[in-house]
Amino acid sequence: MALDGMEEIIAAAEGTGRPFWQVVLDTDLEERGVTARDSLEKMRHTWQAMLESVLTYDGQRRSLSGLAGGDGALMDAYAQKGEALCGAYLQRVIATALRVGESNACMRKIVAAPTAGSCGVLPAVLVPLYQAGKASEEMVLQALYTASGIGAVISHRACIAGAAGGCQAEIGSASAMAAGALVSLRGGSPRQIGHAVAMALKNLMGLVCDPVAGLVEVPCIKRNVVGAVNAISCADMALAGIESRVPVDEVIDCMGEVGRRLPVELRETSLGGLAVTPFGKMVKEKMESES
Amino acid sequence: MLDIFDILGPVMVGPSSSHTAGAVRIGRMARALLGCQPVEADIGLHGSFAETGKGHGTDRAIVAGLLGMEPDNLDIPRSFEIARQQGMELCIHPIQLREAHPNTAVLKVRGTNGRAMVLRAVSVGGGRIRVEEIDGTAVHFAGDYHTLVVRHKDIPGELSVLTRELSNAKVNIANMSLNRSRRGGDVLTVFEVDQKIPPVARQLIAEIPGVEGLTYYEKEDA
Repeated sequence: MALDGMEEIIAAAEGTGRPFWQVVLDTDLEERGVTARDSLEKMRHTWQAMLESVLTYDGQRRSLSGLAGGDGALMDAYAQKGEALCGAYLQRVIATALRVGESNACMRKIVAAPTAGSCGVLPAVLVPLYQAGKASEEMVLQALYTASGIGAVISHRACIAGAAGGCQAEIGSASAMAAGALVSLRGGSPRQIGHAVAMALKNLMGLVCDPVAGLVEVPCIKRNVVGAVNAISCADMALAGIESRVPVDEVIDCMGEVGRRLPVELRETSLGGLAVTPFGKMVKEKMESES
Repeated sequence: MLDIFDILGPVMVGPSSSHTAGAVRIGRMARALLGCQPVEADIGLHGSFAETGKGHGTDRAIVAGLLGMEPDNLDIPRSFEIARQQGMELCIHPIQLREAHPNTAVLKVRGTNGRAMVLRAVSVGGGRIRVEEIDGTAVHFAGDYHTLVVRHKDIPGELSVLTRELSNAKVNIANMSLNRSRRGGDVLTVFEVDQKIPPVARQLIAEIPGVEGLTYYEKEDA
């Protein structure tokens, strides 16, 4: 089978009693002609790179523009004081999303998931669970298959690039992948994974891609936080039995349609949105005068 | 269908899959097609590559690729320094092309073997690239497969001899294209293949009468 629709994967899972992640893994084996061992090894390598992108963070690093860096460390320090509004997991999620997003801006190694700009969302929800001993490596790898299957469907039916569909296509897709991954990890049904994906995408629909000076820094890094937090709330809703009223594939198609209707100024060209605020223009001029 | 590891991946040095990882791959492609390390590289950056390339490290990424680094090499930010140590002369500048993709680079490289090549390539997103022109001849391939580019004379039967050699080496052709600038001139035939082409088979192809040169890109193992 091809990963062309969420409904198709859900039906395949329900029809054969396989979990969602297994359907995605089996499809990968078919498609690339590799063994399960090879595929799992590659996924483990991907996961290790994700984990490293969190662990090797250094709050002293700054990006080439000087705009990005240090916020992950600030969040860590704040969380340690015990005064944060949100609970322990969410504090770690916020700090992790910032760490990975900032590491990316500082030319460190990350995993595009699905893009480099949205690379912080999946590690933000998964790494804290793994570190707290609430998810084994095996569970995480399975969740990553679920996430990649969701991403493949979104990429096929809509898009995952900011230039094509705005930030909703990058952070929105990453958030949907993370929401599905969490439901999968907590033992939710294939159908619940579908609802989590639908809700996550709906909640971020219309988000524009407007990077200051064209750089993957402002507002990209902090949007990784909102993508992660949105994913957690949608996963919890789905696990609680809350359903998306609009079917998941219709939501995905709709996200693609909204993306196509976004003016080109709001699709990674830096000709609109935050990129053309006085601050945005100032940064762009500064970068140009230096090159 | 898209490979799921194109969704969850590539594992790469940031900040941008198109402006950094794709740029590394363009440099690697130029190095592979040249067949050795360049001693001189003139790198022209067009469109968004020129405008936001500095902040994305596009310039450093292309040079890193020319040095043979893969997109996940943490030395990518230090590539200028490494190139200098290895005696690679660099000239990086903006260019303006007509009707080109915003992420286009034109690389003029000369290798340690004295060979020179001009490559025009595009970073199309997600770290994926497309080669559009080699030495002025339009081509079209992405480096998704092991790729053999053969420059040969425009004579009848040449293609059948080339494909027979690949067949003898048990190499399956996934995609193939002939690109000719004028009748009776040189032809660039591009083979995208499923198996690696062994050095012996490449040597045999290079020795076929009418073949004037060949370059080979082996897809990176991920």
